[in-house]
Amino acid sequence: MAENQNSWPDLIHGHFKRVGIRQVGYVPDAGHSRLIDLCKQDNGITDVVLTTEEEGIGLVAGATLGGQRAALLMQSSGVGNCVNMFALLRNCGFPCLLLVTMRGEYAEFNPWQVPMGSITEQCLKLCGFQVYRVNQADEVDDVVGAASDMAFEGNLAVAVILSQRLIGRKQWVR
Amino acid sequence: MSGCPAFAGHDKLYRDMPAMMAGLAERSDTVQGRAVNQSAPVTVEKASARVLNRAALTRRLVEILKHDEAVVAGIGNTNFDLWAAGHRKQNFYMLGSMGLACPIALGVALAQPKRGVIALEGDGSILMALGCLTTIANVRPRNLTIVIMDNGLYQITGKQTTATHGVSDIVAIARGAGLEASWIADETHFDVLIDRSFEHGGPVLYAARIDDEPGVGKTVRDPALIRQSFMKGLGTSRGGDLDR
Repeated sequence: MAENQNSWPDLIHGHFKRVGIRQVGYVPDAGHSRLIDLCKQDNGITDVVLTTEEEGIGLVAGATLGGQRAALLMQSSGVGNCVNMFALLRNCGFPCLLLVTMRGEYAEFNPWQVPMGSITEQCLKLCGFQVYRVNQADEVDDVVGAASDMAFEGNLAVAVILSQRLIGRKQWVR
Repeated sequence: MSGCPAFAGHDKLYRDMPAMMAGLAERSDTVQGRAVNQSAPVTVEKASARVLNRAALTRRLVEILKHDEAVVAGIGNTNFDLWAAGHRKQNFYMLGSMGLACPIALGVALAQPKRGVIALEGDGSILMALGCLTTIANVRPRNLTIVIMDNGLYQITGKQTTATHGVSDIVAIARGAGLEASWIADETHFDVLIDRSFEHGGPVLYAARIDDEPGVGKTVRDPALIRQSFMKGLGTSRGGDLDR
């Protein structure tokens, strides 16, 4: 465990604690697995596994309405599932911290991931998100810290794209 | 095949009337006999549920609320009738994002564990988000109550039938998801069910068979204002002097 304390998922979890995230909704992705584990082990965070990413937009809105801060974890394909629901964030001006692990780009082996992966960033921008991309592990702390502050101090919808290069090549499991 | 499209939604209602009446006779013994003597209300199946009116049932719900419970009402007639029942600051009205009333209510319930939270949703909306019933069943927020207004119709778009007009049963689906769930037999049964559950009896889902009357209110269409009013009502607004 100790050798992982400075890994990028641990740094993201550190920002969750710094800004007082109390609810984390997620549809699992391999790239988010350590961060999900950290949230599940954290008694100060209610982790909610969602059946679809759309639910997460409602969860974030409800958390804000109830006076708590929430974050959402999803894979790039999940962004496509949410498009109509993003209206809730925009219309009500809810803050949203969204962490998106990418598929469909660097070293992708599955063509089904490419159509959504290749438009994820543009899609988020069209839907009103401020979008920041992280390509390397040493950028995570700074970018996620900045995004967290923007979301909750600025009441903005902010997405951090965690690139496939950062996450590492996924091995094709036979 | 219905001769008149306007009455298409009634076909099943009329067809099922004998079965419903039989269910009612059975229910009047069990519900009225046991509900007064036992702490746990009797659960009821769809065939034994009387057809109620959404606006009247919503008014009845609002009258029961005594502790600033939060109510999240879904898109369309569900929130129109909540609005018509008289605005409360703890009401959140959805004008879009179909299917999200229950996930929003879950977020509120987790953030405000001592406050009763009620999600009001139509059959069309909950059918769009059935997965959230499994999410809620597993998270188990004790303070969350879901009420489904089921007329088997997309009433607002021209009374096209939904899956619940056919063979699908929302209460059975909710039970399969892991929720405690019941159909609402009638207004008295509704009072018995709803009275015990707001702060600590959940998560539960109650479904009412309702008629095809349109919503009676016209909710203010300003999402930012609705958000702000609701957060003031919950004491979660951070507007400082702006909140005065």
